[in-house]
Amino acid sequence: MTAPAASGPPPTSVPVATSARAGSRRARGWGGAGRGQREGRWALAFLSPWVIGFVVFTAGPMVASLVLSFTDYDLVNSPRLVGTQNYHDLVSDPRLLTSMRNTVIYTVLHVPLAMLLALGLALVLNRLARGQGFFRTLVYLPVMTPPVAIGAMFLLLLNGRSGLVNEVLSWVGITGPAWTTDPAWIKPGLVLMSLWTIGGTAVIYLAALKDVPVQLHEAATLDGANAWQRFRNVTLPMISGTIYFTLIVNTIASLQTFSEVYTMYFGNAATASSSGDAALMYAVYLFQQAFQFLHMGYASAMAWLLFLIILLITVVQVRVARRRVYYEGG
Amino acid sequence: MGRSRSRSVVGAGTALTAVTLAACGGVGGGGGGSDQAASSSGGKVTISTMGFGLPDEIATVRVKTYENSAKGGPVKITEGGFDEQQFLAAVASGNPPDAVHLDRAKVGTYAARGAIVPMDDCIAKSGIDMSQYRKPGVQQVTLDGKVYAIPEFYGMRLLISDDAVVKKAGLTTKQVASGDWDTITMVNDKMTQGSGRNLKVIGYDPRIPETLPLWAAANGGQMLSADGKTASLGDPKVVEALTFTTNLVKRAGKYSEFKATREGVDFFGKDNQYATDTVGAMPIDDFYLNVLADVSPKAGFTVSPILDRQGKQINYSGGSSWAIPKGAKHPEEACEFAKVMTAADTWVAAAKARAEALRAEGGYYLGTNTGNKVADERIRTEVFKPTGVPALDNGAKVLQQAQDSAVTLPATYAGSEFEKAYTDAVTRVLEGSQTPAQALKQAQGEAQKALDAAAKSRQ
Repeated sequence: MTAPAASGPPPTSVPVATSARAGSRRARGWGGAGRGQREGRWALAFLSPWVIGFVVFTAGPMVASLVLSFTDYDLVNSPRLVGTQNYHDLVSDPRLLTSMRNTVIYTVLHVPLAMLLALGLALVLNRLARGQGFFRTLVYLPVMTPPVAIGAMFLLLLNGRSGLVNEVLSWVGITGPAWTTDPAWIKPGLVLMSLWTIGGTAVIYLAALKDVPVQLHEAATLDGANAWQRFRNVTLPMISGTIYFTLIVNTIASLQTFSEVYTMYFGNAATASSSGDAALMYAVYLFQQAFQFLHMGYASAMAWLLFLIILLITVVQVRVARRRVYYEGG
Repeated sequence: MGRSRSRSVVGAGTALTAVTLAACGGVGGGGGGSDQAASSSGGKVTISTMGFGLPDEIATVRVKTYENSAKGGPVKITEGGFDEQQFLAAVASGNPPDAVHLDRAKVGTYAARGAIVPMDDCIAKSGIDMSQYRKPGVQQVTLDGKVYAIPEFYGMRLLISDDAVVKKAGLTTKQVASGDWDTITMVNDKMTQGSGRNLKVIGYDPRIPETLPLWAAANGGQMLSADGKTASLGDPKVVEALTFTTNLVKRAGKYSEFKATREGVDFFGKDNQYATDTVGAMPIDDFYLNVLADVSPKAGFTVSPILDRQGKQINYSGGSSWAIPKGAKHPEEACEFAKVMTAADTWVAAAKARAEALRAEGGYYLGTNTGNKVADERIRTEVFKPTGVPALDNGAKVLQQAQDSAVTLPATYAGSEFEKAYTDAVTRVLEGSQTPAQALKQAQGEAQKALDAAAKSRQ
């Protein structure tokens, strides 16, 4: 960092660099070290709530769950060390495999569909000449619905016999499936429900679209590019960083999906006892193991397995993104 | 000066965060000196509860009765249903409520882990007469010879048939309420209208998976040993019960369509299945009679007792109970609270208040089913009055007579896993992925594995 000052003539940005160094020397001369320390402490003071929150609510529980994953712990009695037994049991647990399969299917269906629809919504919003603020709010409003309310509402909307979704489908001659009771249609039904909250992703895309320089579109138009070519070669590359961000965030959220599914299929005794495993998501099974079957050690091992899976998927996404994502200025 | 100010800034930030974090914790009554002061009111101890609410007079009058009793005191009620996560977190953090209100089916599981404590000493000291409680209720809260909770409500099943559907099928209520399984199959065939996507009327809905223990008992089968340690889901009588009940459902077509039809009705509203004539008959929780009394008392239905295959009355009971968590600050007061909340005098006072309130608003009071047989008898003679609506009065009478015929599953170390094993088995059969024998064989393995693991942990 300090090498330029010690080696030969200064580069072309000499005035700025020289001025900065001079300023820095003046600052030290006027008690800059003390100010720096004070600023450091202030920074620490402002950061301390977050740091303490991170240690207490994130890092601490993570370390604790790692330790617990090597124990037999029922939340009441002291944990008992069982070595790697919980991890061995993961391999031979058929319900774990079912929950993992369900979660992967849900993620594979939900993430691309939600991203495509959100992008479509954002493009439409971006073209609106008037009332954009109103429609932006309208699109985002469903995100504010509590997950439990979403679950309860979609249990009614998706009912195969009396639900609104099938009623609407019947208007165009389609006989809708039993979304909430047919094991083959439960996951597509959940994906349909998940689209209720795409407004969040749409608003992020809209912000990215606003940042695409108009000059690039104008230049492309002058070069004879049509609308699709401008979208494909200008818009998409320019918002690829945002798309990449939403891909990672949505993938992680999908792999951890819980509240809506739990409300719909596991929230009361009647639905829980008759739903089978078609809606058993990984996080739901983890919750069952921890708080219904009192296997907190096993649930901790499940949590770490999920963490590693998410980490692996994210690493793959990062690797792939290096060749595909455009970063402004980098 | 500057350094000390910096330190004070960091300290203030840390303290603010710590205070914020501290404010987030705590479920029960708290601890320490300040808590002692806060939990005492006029020399009386304030106790806290979890898993309980105050929806009507049956709850409020009983709580007030305790608060006004000689040994009673204020009760801090955190309203809401029993939440496993909340309860276990409270126990694990050493800050549990003094009394917890929970389903009796869960008592064995929590007792085995030590999350709730035996109440035998408190029963002896408080002079609680356990003989006044119904045997199945006591059986559900007794593990390894120790009583871990005091039974409260006593839920049962009633067979409610739809008069119009029965008549249209050319049947009589007596045929529909038969204990003979061939007759039930016949009435199901005759009452069912349509199938699959065109299912219009569900003939006889056996309400499985949750009623499998009832059907197994009606067939003379046993799903769990009396000590709650050995599963017997592969018992041929249980397999036969599952085969019979799943065949009733299959008559209506694909299970997914059957279930969608069942879930599509306005169960708690005016367009319920009896008001719309979309079910022939089903064994349903007794509280549903109160729902019908409230929303459609003249819908045209008949309540009948459930019979076993020999034609004798049989029922399956469940319900709530009061237990004392490990680490409770005021176990003696909690014990007194459980005693008062389930005492005959308290029940009668609450039932009178409820009956008066309902009658004042033009509603119907049909009784209160408690786990205390002395209270039930007194409520029947002192509080209950015929409503003048034949279907409701008949229902209340059937309910009173059913109370003595109930059986239940005993307390077990792994209640949730045991229940999960057999309900999953039923669902697999209904969805067509396994035969009853295959499904129950798998369930037997899963249930016994869970029971053995829980027993090992307990040792």
